[in-house]
Amino acid sequence: MNGATGFAFWRNGLALALGALIATALALRAVHNDYAFYLGYIVFQYAALAIAWNILGGYAGFVNFGAGAFFAAGAYTTVALNKALALPLPLCVLAGGFTGAALGLIMGSLTLRLRGVYFAISTLSLSVVLQTLVVNWTYVGGSSGAYIVRPKAIPLFASYTEFLCLLMFAIAATAALVAAAIERSSIGMGLAAIRDDETAAAAVGVPTLRLKVLAATTSGAIMGMAGAPLPFYNSYLNPDSAFAIGYTVNAMAMPLVGGTQTWLGPVIGAALLGSIQQLAVAFISSSASLVLIGLVFMGFVALAPQGLIGLLRSSRATRVSR
Amino acid sequence: MTALLLQAENIGKRFGGFVALDGVSLSVAPGERVGLIGPNGSGKSTFVNCVSGALTRHDGAIAFAGHNLAGLAPHRRARLGLARTFQLPRAFASLTVLENVEVPFRFLDAKGGPTPGRSQDQLERVGLKDKARLMPRDLTQVDLRRLELARALACRPKLLIADEAMAGLSNAEVDDILALLFRANADGVAVVMIEHIMRAVTTFAERLVVLVAGRKLADGPTPEVLRMKHVETAYLGE
Amino acid sequence: MNFDPILIVNACASGLLLGAFYAMAAAGLSVSFGLLDIVNIAHPALMVAAAFVVAALTEATALDPLLASLIIAPLFALFGAGLYRVYHFFFESRGEGSIRGLAFFFGLMFLIEVSLLVLWGADQQFAEARYSSGVFSIGKVDFPLRMLVPAICALAVFAALSAFLKMTFVGRAISAVAQDREALRLMGIDPVRIKTIAFALSVGLAALAGGALIVIQPVDSSSAQIFVGRLFAIVIMGGLGSLPGTLIAGLLFGVIEDLTATLLGPSWSPAIAFGLLLGFLALRPRGLFGAPA
Repeated sequence: MNGATGFAFWRNGLALALGALIATALALRAVHNDYAFYLGYIVFQYAALAIAWNILGGYAGFVNFGAGAFFAAGAYTTVALNKALALPLPLCVLAGGFTGAALGLIMGSLTLRLRGVYFAISTLSLSVVLQTLVVNWTYVGGSSGAYIVRPKAIPLFASYTEFLCLLMFAIAATAALVAAAIERSSIGMGLAAIRDDETAAAAVGVPTLRLKVLAATTSGAIMGMAGAPLPFYNSYLNPDSAFAIGYTVNAMAMPLVGGTQTWLGPVIGAALLGSIQQLAVAFISSSASLVLIGLVFMGFVALAPQGLIGLLRSSRATRVSR
Repeated sequence: MTALLLQAENIGKRFGGFVALDGVSLSVAPGERVGLIGPNGSGKSTFVNCVSGALTRHDGAIAFAGHNLAGLAPHRRARLGLARTFQLPRAFASLTVLENVEVPFRFLDAKGGPTPGRSQDQLERVGLKDKARLMPRDLTQVDLRRLELARALACRPKLLIADEAMAGLSNAEVDDILALLFRANADGVAVVMIEHIMRAVTTFAERLVVLVAGRKLADGPTPEVLRMKHVETAYLGE
Repeated sequence: MNFDPILIVNACASGLLLGAFYAMAAAGLSVSFGLLDIVNIAHPALMVAAAFVVAALTEATALDPLLASLIIAPLFALFGAGLYRVYHFFFESRGEGSIRGLAFFFGLMFLIEVSLLVLWGADQQFAEARYSSGVFSIGKVDFPLRMLVPAICALAVFAALSAFLKMTFVGRAISAVAQDREALRLMGIDPVRIKTIAFALSVGLAALAGGALIVIQPVDSSSAQIFVGRLFAIVIMGGLGSLPGTLIAGLLFGVIEDLTATLLGPSWSPAIAFGLLLGFLALRPRGLFGAPA
């Protein structure tokens, strides 16, 4: 497929991402507080999750209510591989991506033939089903959970937390690059056509099922990668924390708030909602932060489904050129 | 004798207890201009949906360009050269007019060159040259019909099924769309025109097929069919 | 695997009782999704919320839980009426695709779950009725009263609902609005008003189901998540818009789930719901008794 995603795009994109990574690392180091890295990890994690969700939800218009399942699948891949092979984290991330991709591929092939509403309904149970399987899988700790031992130190980085934070930045940057590549390519145009009118898209030659499954696989892969470092972040993982419904809601709320048309929307949503939630957790309680995100989510669904970018766009009454 | 382009044999379709199509056979030769007429609810759109692949479960067999269409997804039929427009124009609302036309070029003939250029040419041919950067919501009704045709013709079809492409348009606008269809036909595209506007159909169609209550009532050269008594009564009443 | 016939018969018995409850829980969804085409994902969450309220009420007043649910049902119905108006204003009247409405109700489900967490904490809730420890036995087959009584009430509610939809004017109007809004309007009946009543009814049914639920088993704030899969599977299995279909599907589902739990272990329950849902959506979307597409 032709499109503006040739060698130049990837070269420039990777250079930009690398530059941003270094800049971020220096900025966070300058704060001289490990908490900056904790916060950074959370925001970058949500950014990756939200960008990933948006590939199927925003670009193709197929809403996945089970994002948490893919995220947790990545986290548990790390637990399993770490226990079995003592695999270092970066490889676990790749493996988590593979697990998420496989889940997306299988789930997508089975359910993406259905109309959007029925697809969404079918994703409702995904998290619960996976959680029940994990709870009964004693190898990864079952319902009591599993402990992960962090390496004491890691070369090049001041602390392991810093390493985790920048690793998550790299995952988020990868997500953004992949999403941007999709947007610029024929795949992105095909997904938009599917979103706008799937029947008409098929009538003019768009291979609708193939593109949807591709989007689901890609989305799943990145969500899996976003979840993979979690056991190392907490040094512990159990089903309740891995499958927390907050991940599913945030994966949807952040693109919704930021804007669903490009990868920048989920990033804005992640930065905004991620920070607000952390503030709420710090100053009120974690359940209060969840109530907040729920209200914000419903508010935007009802009043501003195009998100902040959409509001900005319509107020300026100009079109962002593709 | 040239091979038939489209051969639909004994097409039947029921929706629950309602029989929408009952043993309808229709064939189209390459480059032919066929008119498909009939009262509302006679099964014309159902027939189009069966041929285009929007409906996959039906009785009967359809062959197109030598291929059996059974079980073939709509985008594969488009790839074989079968294009259709919709009764109500279904443009891609979040893409520009130009991008709307780019979609078929990108998915059916990616190697044919840069798509914006080819799409611009296509828009020129239907008279939408200056509206390339507009969004579909900014277009008038007749321009939406033009876009619909431009997009279908960008599929480089061998057969175009135009489903009520002129409904609700003024006389002058009907003539505009008619001219576009004649031009497409001159370029070698066979056209099946489904219309209620009789003067358009009688002007355009070499052959006329009449559908009433899911059955084919007549199928022959236009002047002959128009003279048939039972067609007149079935369509226009006593 | 345990093939003891007594065990299997008992599993079928408790499966039927559970299934009757599932059917009533799904009945409200059958009304809102099947008749009104509103995909209220929050329906199980409303049921769980009602269960929490019933538990609190029962604890405070020693009232029978099922009776308590009857008392709070009108309040929930009122909330349902308001909820529909909000939904109608933001989504239905603007002709929005169902997806946004879905997201709205998903947000509501989430909000209800975390609100319950904030108000009641993470502990499980349960309500003891006077008969909770009793068992009715026919030979070697046991029918625990904490399941039997709610099951009988569920069937009664089902019968009342069917009668209402078939024999009262409002009920028939609700069935009619599913098929032809315009005809309703031409008869001088406001479709929005009918839908408000119907949706309120569905939420009231959720409240009744909540009372039954908390007698049968303990619940916590996240219980709605597992019921979502179950109830949607039942409604799709039974066929959208078919009340008798929902009943049969509910009973069938209860038996299948209980048998699987007995033979393979209780951890497979969510997978059953998921599998049935996917299976029907893929192979027979109109369910067992629904109208063909």
